[in-house]
Amino acid sequence: MTDNRLYKHPILPVEDKPQFNFYFQDQELKAREGETIASALFANGIRIFSYHHKDGAPQGIFCANGQCAQCLVLADGFPVKSCMELIKAGMKIEPITGLPKLPEVNPEDSFSFESIEEIEVSVLIIGGGPAGLSAAIELANHEVDCLLVDDKHRLGGKLVLQTHRFFGSVEAVYAGTRGIDIATKLENELRKFPKVQIWLQSTALAVFSDQRVGILKGGQKYALVKPKVLLVASGAREKSLVFPGNDLPGVYGAGAFQTLVNRDLVKPTEKLFIVGGGNVGLIAGYHALQAGIKVVGLVEVMPEVGGYKVHKDKLARLGVPIMTSHTVLSANGQNSVESVTIARVDEHFQPVKGTEKTFACDTVLIAVGLDPVNEFYLKAKEFGLLAYAAGDAEEIAEASAAIFSGKIRGLEIARDLGVYTGQVPADWYETSEILKSRPGQTYPEYFLEKEKGVFPVIHCLQEIPCNPCSAVCPRKLIEVDPGDVRKLPVYFEEKDGKACTGCERCVVFCPGLAITLVDFRKNSEFPQVTIPFEFPKEIINPGDEVSVVDIEGQVLARTKVTSVKSIKGNDRTVLIKVEVPAEIAKKVSGLRVQPEISEIEEKYVERMPDEAIICRCERVTAGEIRKLIKEGLRDINEIKTITRAGMGPCGAKTCTPLVHKLFREEGVPESQIVDQPKRPLFIEVPFGIFAGLDHRKELEDEQK
Amino acid sequence: MSRNDYDVIIIGAGSVGTPTALFLAQQGFKVLVLDRNPSPGQSSNKRAIGGLRATHSDPAKIKLCLRSLKIFSTWQETYGDDIEWYQGGYCFVAYREEEEKTLREVLPLQKRYGLKIDWLDSDELRKLLPDLNPKGLLGGTLSPEDGHASPLLAVEAFYRQAKRAGAEFKFSSKVEKLVIENGKVAGVVTDKGTHGAGVVVNAAGAWAADIARLAGMEIPVKPDSHEAAVTEPVQRFFDPMIVDLRPVQGSANYYFYQHATGQVIFCITPNPSIWGFDDRETSDFLPMVSRRMIGLMPRLKNIRVRRTWRGLYPMTPDGFPIVGWSREVEGFLLAVGMCGQGFMLGPGVAELLTRLISRNPGPDDEEILSYLSPYRSFISEEKLK
Repeated sequence: MTDNRLYKHPILPVEDKPQFNFYFQDQELKAREGETIASALFANGIRIFSYHHKDGAPQGIFCANGQCAQCLVLADGFPVKSCMELIKAGMKIEPITGLPKLPEVNPEDSFSFESIEEIEVSVLIIGGGPAGLSAAIELANHEVDCLLVDDKHRLGGKLVLQTHRFFGSVEAVYAGTRGIDIATKLENELRKFPKVQIWLQSTALAVFSDQRVGILKGGQKYALVKPKVLLVASGAREKSLVFPGNDLPGVYGAGAFQTLVNRDLVKPTEKLFIVGGGNVGLIAGYHALQAGIKVVGLVEVMPEVGGYKVHKDKLARLGVPIMTSHTVLSANGQNSVESVTIARVDEHFQPVKGTEKTFACDTVLIAVGLDPVNEFYLKAKEFGLLAYAAGDAEEIAEASAAIFSGKIRGLEIARDLGVYTGQVPADWYETSEILKSRPGQTYPEYFLEKEKGVFPVIHCLQEIPCNPCSAVCPRKLIEVDPGDVRKLPVYFEEKDGKACTGCERCVVFCPGLAITLVDFRKNSEFPQVTIPFEFPKEIINPGDEVSVVDIEGQVLARTKVTSVKSIKGNDRTVLIKVEVPAEIAKKVSGLRVQPEISEIEEKYVERMPDEAIICRCERVTAGEIRKLIKEGLRDINEIKTITRAGMGPCGAKTCTPLVHKLFREEGVPESQIVDQPKRPLFIEVPFGIFAGLDHRKELEDEQK
Repeated sequence: MSRNDYDVIIIGAGSVGTPTALFLAQQGFKVLVLDRNPSPGQSSNKRAIGGLRATHSDPAKIKLCLRSLKIFSTWQETYGDDIEWYQGGYCFVAYREEEEKTLREVLPLQKRYGLKIDWLDSDELRKLLPDLNPKGLLGGTLSPEDGHASPLLAVEAFYRQAKRAGAEFKFSSKVEKLVIENGKVAGVVTDKGTHGAGVVVNAAGAWAADIARLAGMEIPVKPDSHEAAVTEPVQRFFDPMIVDLRPVQGSANYYFYQHATGQVIFCITPNPSIWGFDDRETSDFLPMVSRRMIGLMPRLKNIRVRRTWRGLYPMTPDGFPIVGWSREVEGFLLAVGMCGQGFMLGPGVAELLTRLISRNPGPDDEEILSYLSPYRSFISEEKLK
């Protein structure tokens, strides 16, 4: 029996949860308590969930975030988003083929419609991620009554998927702490304030012109909230990409992947390919390796990856081929992904014929950037409701920046409400800008000439906002400019007559895993190198032969592991020690864990880019839309009329930027394009909920 | 400016303007359609829910809509475009004696003017609509030849066929002035240019009174707003548009049907009316409409609502459209005040306008126009709004 669950993970705790049975098409399967239906299906090796009613195309997971409706299944007769609904014992899951049948109801049933809850609050915060949580804490500190709503089962937003230590500044935003732990810290802090109401599993549905916000409370009741101020901290949604096969089950966003692996502890793939070299793609690759998934490769269309160099180096060292100036041509496979074809691009980003390569993989992750989820903010502005946006909903940046921007928005709102009479400190805005900044200049690698004693080698060559190394050194030998944490760390051999003792704290705490320690003290010809390692301790033992690599992942030598250890407060980072010849000791920056991967012998079959799907909900192809653009259509409303692109359940969340991209490809300037209005609802909601029926209670009654 | 740029200029590329352009162009007229939006049907047409009925209480609308139904129902075989026409019928339900009386009273007139319609008692109605709440159901009317189609696809089809027939369209063009010479219309000035024509049709929907004012006419057309919504698609579980005329606190009638795509589309009339041009969505609509619809058809409680919107009904005091020539300005033709029925009236009105402009009246036109005259007293009242 297939069981794709993770039972051990180097960072995440694996709780022993009760298991029970459920059914998929009469097949009896095992679920673990707390899993969503989607995760339970993935855990059992099922990734085709349903078939599209228009053309029978297989459907699977796409956003895993409740935003689209690709993952619909019938659960005990009701169509549900499998990524949002928890599996229950005995539940019968069926794929949807064709249109679902609306469950029958006795027409003589009478209902007692409860009144719709209407509340007034000073501040409504949409989104309990890094920005929303820290804004709520700031507001609570000023004794402002807030309601924070979040559509998930727990607080933290995307922090709960982040197993790595955070960048940024230690003082401002918990740098050096893992994202999952920051989520807990922020939540614990917020829960101290009784004046803050928190509604979980509560999706904001619409901001109305009467300045009320419709909320699906607890997934089962409708509530209308009238805030004095609205703070939109609803994060980002992933951009998609147009290529043939982009609609196959197995092509999905990096966020969906992290949700399955890091939240639900399900291994959704054996062999992964990543499109996009921003931080999201790079980190997803690292998370995959931590979960024991092979990462076949990563392509980035630009000549350099856009994410932090330290993230890229980490992947390269572990053996992941990173191919810049490359693009994906197609995902291939009958009913789900079996391989991916890529090619090099020329200076106009056009694929170069003859450079195609095909890799076997079962999953293609799309990590080509994020767009703010700012609909509620824009509607609130339009309707004259005082509103702010924070975090990714305002501007796409790192989660550390979101934490800080939430704090600033919180204080700004307290000021607007008159409960804080001072100014927001000017240096807060400066810090915020620094945290939001994109990676800066990269400097060449340099080494101390010294070949004696013990000292760290800092393989951190790019300006990024980060300073835990300077904070953890007990002798303050590593400095990062406190006024601008983007500056590279500088190591001082000696301060106040005190030199490095080899405590290894900098090695452990560097979020980029970019510091090693070289120790010449015992053996100056074969010094010892200490390497940070975030994989299960059991996979490497003293005496094992390993390949040590340089910063780019080039193998420097094969050598034996001398010890595997932890230090106090190491927080799950393992230290591996090896002995290597002195001439390479300072260059060693990591170990390879993944064997070399080669492309497969598969003849590249060119497929038409017109076959690519633009609107996943209504199955509209690039070709259909391109034809209309060529005819001269410029109003997306008219394109929608003719093709139905944007009329599906997701509300044009995925296709809108793709349609704009097609316009760009056809040489139409943005100024000529007329956009469609965004209308409520944010997600589909059962009618009865608006009438004041308790949906879950109704469902349970029906099952009895 | 030459008066002969065009034979006819139509102001408004919506439910009325686009079919009028088509039929005029087919008759050989040189037609220009002006619209302030960037593409056809972008004001009220796309907000219409798609019901098509000849089930009205007056001869004019019955006759015009019977023609519209003929055109919609044969559109695909004639022109080839799928406009998602579905002949599901219209069913007005009665749970109170007041509604039964209203519905039964108009039956003889409806039948006399050629409408296929019958009264079904409660058992017959339940056979037709097994999901209807039977408690207190008295019966209702069924007019099986009514139906529904996609307003968006239909207007796009009218537009494309009109262009094919030679009509010209200028979008993103805001009408600023009518050129009137010696009491006769001579052309239209927009923010983009001036176009000459001896006939100008006002098909400007909710904005018709503003256009009429450019000709010095005051017409009693002002919009009120209604909200509507569409659900997810599900397997077909009922055919006709269901109309419940009962007024309750906060709302008058409401109606819903299952579209060809499987989606249920619905709309409610607020009471009192909300006058004005505001078409921004409100928080009152869904709680209000859901209770009434679920009370009527409990099975609807589980269908998931996808999207809501608000649109304008260009209303007249008596609830009937205004169609006819201006007496003040020669060549200025009104086709306005459709009272939220522009989509179902559109092709029928378009044929009538074509006959008026060709000076080729049909046998019933005089009677129809007498009901729709811009110069009538506006004191009667539409019973089947």
